Amino acid sequence: MSAPPDEAGIADAIREAAGRGEPLAIEGFASKRGMLRPVQAAATLSTRNLTGITLYSPRELILSARAGTPLAEIEAALAEHNQHLIAEPPDLSGLFGEPVAQSWGGVVATNLSGPRRIAWGAMRDHVMGIRAVNGRGEVIRSGGRVLKNVTGLDLAKLLTGSHGTLGVLTEITVKVLPAPEGTGSLVIRGLDATAGVAALAAALGSPFGVSGAAWLPAWAAAGVPALGEGSATVIRMEEFPSSVTYRLGRLVGDLAAFGASAMLDDAASRAVWSAIGRVDPLRPEAGEAVWLVSTRPSRGPALLAASESAGARGFLDWGGGRIWLAGPGSEALHRAIGAAVRAQGGTWTLMRAPAPLRTAVDVVPAEAPALAVITRRVKASLDPAGVLNPGRLYAGL
Amino acid sequence: MISLPEPKAHVLAKREEIIAGLRPLVPESGVIAEALRLRPYETDGLSAYRQPPMAVVLPETTEQLAAVLKYLHSHDVRVIPRGAGTSLSGGALPLADAVVVGMMRMNRILEIDYADRLAVVQAGVTNLGITAAMQADGFFYAPDPSSQLACMIGGNVGMNSGGAHCLKYGVTANNLLGLKIVTIEGDILDIGGAHLDAAGYDWLGLLTGSEGQLAMVSEVTVRILRAAEGQRAMLAAFRSNEVAGACVDRIIGSGIIPVALEFMDRPAIHACEAFAHAGYPLDAEAMLIIEVEGSVAEQDELLDRIRAMCAEFDPISLKVSQSAEESAAIWKGRKGAFGAVGRISPDYLCMDGTIPTSRLPDVLARIGEMSDSYGLKVANIFHAGDGNLHPLIMFDANDPESFHSAEQFGADILKLCVEVGGCLTGEHGVGVEKRDLMGVQFTETELTQQRLIKSAFDPGWLLNPAKVFPLLAA
Repeated sequence: MSAPPDEAGIADAIREAAGRGEPLAIEGFASKRGMLRPVQAAATLSTRNLTGITLYSPRELILSARAGTPLAEIEAALAEHNQHLIAEPPDLSGLFGEPVAQSWGGVVATNLSGPRRIAWGAMRDHVMGIRAVNGRGEVIRSGGRVLKNVTGLDLAKLLTGSHGTLGVLTEITVKVLPAPEGTGSLVIRGLDATAGVAALAAALGSPFGVSGAAWLPAWAAAGVPALGEGSATVIRMEEFPSSVTYRLGRLVGDLAAFGASAMLDDAASRAVWSAIGRVDPLRPEAGEAVWLVSTRPSRGPALLAASESAGARGFLDWGGGRIWLAGPGSEALHRAIGAAVRAQGGTWTLMRAPAPLRTAVDVVPAEAPALAVITRRVKASLDPAGVLNPGRLYAGL
Repeated sequence: MISLPEPKAHVLAKREEIIAGLRPLVPESGVIAEALRLRPYETDGLSAYRQPPMAVVLPETTEQLAAVLKYLHSHDVRVIPRGAGTSLSGGALPLADAVVVGMMRMNRILEIDYADRLAVVQAGVTNLGITAAMQADGFFYAPDPSSQLACMIGGNVGMNSGGAHCLKYGVTANNLLGLKIVTIEGDILDIGGAHLDAAGYDWLGLLTGSEGQLAMVSEVTVRILRAAEGQRAMLAAFRSNEVAGACVDRIIGSGIIPVALEFMDRPAIHACEAFAHAGYPLDAEAMLIIEVEGSVAEQDELLDRIRAMCAEFDPISLKVSQSAEESAAIWKGRKGAFGAVGRISPDYLCMDGTIPTSRLPDVLARIGEMSDSYGLKVANIFHAGDGNLHPLIMFDANDPESFHSAEQFGADILKLCVEVGGCLTGEHGVGVEKRDLMGVQFTETELTQQRLIKSAFDPGWLLNPAKVFPLLAA
């Protein structure tokens, strides 16, 4: 594995690989290596030695860090100033095996967001600027360190979530926000998925600024402390403490038709949403696959039901629009989930699966033919020799 | 003055044939080719530049748009996408050999779904039209550019438009779920949909703000939000720009993110007050408009905290709006700012750079010095929370010398924005206006990379040419 100490070293390594036509597996700390399709590359290039927060200006709500900075270091620096990462990026080490730190570059390159995304946007919504090295070994910047910027094509968004296939992120600047002073949640127990999602829609459609909206079936809720017996419809508020109390109180009244609500205090609420963010309730067994589905929220229950009848199990976040699914790592179930998503509308990502499966099947939905042509041209424009994480997102690309 | 590429002789030579070929593709009256009727399309919000197009075509459906683009592509004709023509950067400026594809007839709202909090609208629906269709039910579409009465959502997508409330609610890119686009080759593609966060590449993010360089947008799926229980604005007036800037820092640093935080300097306050009679303090050097949301009790609590912070900065006056009418008057002045400046100066250029907010005081001081040295007045109005400046440079378009100075002055301001760590444009786009300044912000390698991506979508460079990228030597 090559792990250069700086951006110039990353650029050299890529230029050399491109010259030889030898593909590179691009990694930070490899915490999410199990996602998507395995990269067939003899050499690995890691950003792990590009470390350090390069700019943090709390009053400007802006933070920059090199790609190999541990996420925990960034979160700790923000916490000192009572700020946080808006998208609540999840710790998925429970899904991917051994607890390994996540790198800042990896969090952005995978565009993974947590429960708060439903109200406040994804990682990609807060990436204000990037530095990256393309497949020619050239340093390219996009965006900057200001909160509003429409100058030129938004390569920061294109590279965010591109899983290292279009360029290697070396430094990323994000918008941050003050962390809420308080949080609290209400739980309605015993609703089926359809009623649960209806309650979540009512909460999200209220004027009260809900920042978390999940539905867990009984088996999933059972593993989360404080959720107790039966299915759990959970609604989070993050605000000034007096507003948390007031707004949850109003929601209890507005949602009375769905059943009685129980309140979770600040500590219990934080624990429950950490567990949901970490996907703890899913508890996949060794050898099982995990899919992440995004759909129109009201379609969540039908999509979940279709996946269940094919042999998967799962729970809903994002008001019903995000479905975490686990089940046997079989091609039959994989295809059934793909078909269910096609029927209801939406998208999916194969988050983890036994190597033979994730090598053999699409790991995200195939694009329409006319779009796939553009995708190939864009990939070629950034990585003409095809050395950056080939095949990770799309086979042959 | 900006240079424009030579018209293609083979296109001009076939003008009649091309116009005749377009007519069957759209309903009657959907093709405009008479010189007099082309006049309204010769410019946009950057009215110093004018160039009538070869023709204008007005599709009414996505399929018609696809047929039009396919036809123009096959005849090597340049295409100028146009919404309401409100671009302040010349984003809809035609070329003599180009066909303007106007989206104003695609103005239907196709779906509003409160349970899923989304709306599907055609590209020619106005920004305010989306909110107007759902306001009675308590919902709204968040990005609110000052031109929102006229500007169209397709143009908002093209420019990634912002507004006064993006400190809390984000810009256009943060409020989209999906697009229906038509490529220059006439392919209709669905990008994203009714769900969040497509797997695969973020085409939605790349297309947003791409200024018509990559594809045309025919339909947009937007996220809609339930409005807060209420909102209320307050005015805080200070003795200097520096003090007002320090107060902005204090508020943001306290952990309160107001839903809007607008800054006006003395010339802007005077221009807007004369127009809106909003009770702006005429003795102040700088003024903040601060808006918060929530229940009445929550508004009171937040405004009390903000008022206490403002009081640390020796304010000239602090005035909390006591009614919806007072809040509306406060916003009327701000939203009418461009028109208000238009009343006191025959012409103005509106700049749009963004700077790190910590640099506000010294950047304003340097703009003041430039104003003196160019002999042109400037009013500063901007979104203080996010550092997006809108200096309005006043000049007289009938005096070529004055226009030239204003352009130079503007360019100097934008170079200053980049120098202090900011960018050329926060929300108006590059267009033709800032095209030749792109080298100030980007390296040649970076511009080449962007051009290659443009080529991936539009290999023949037919879509909105002569914008965004500096022209390459022939």
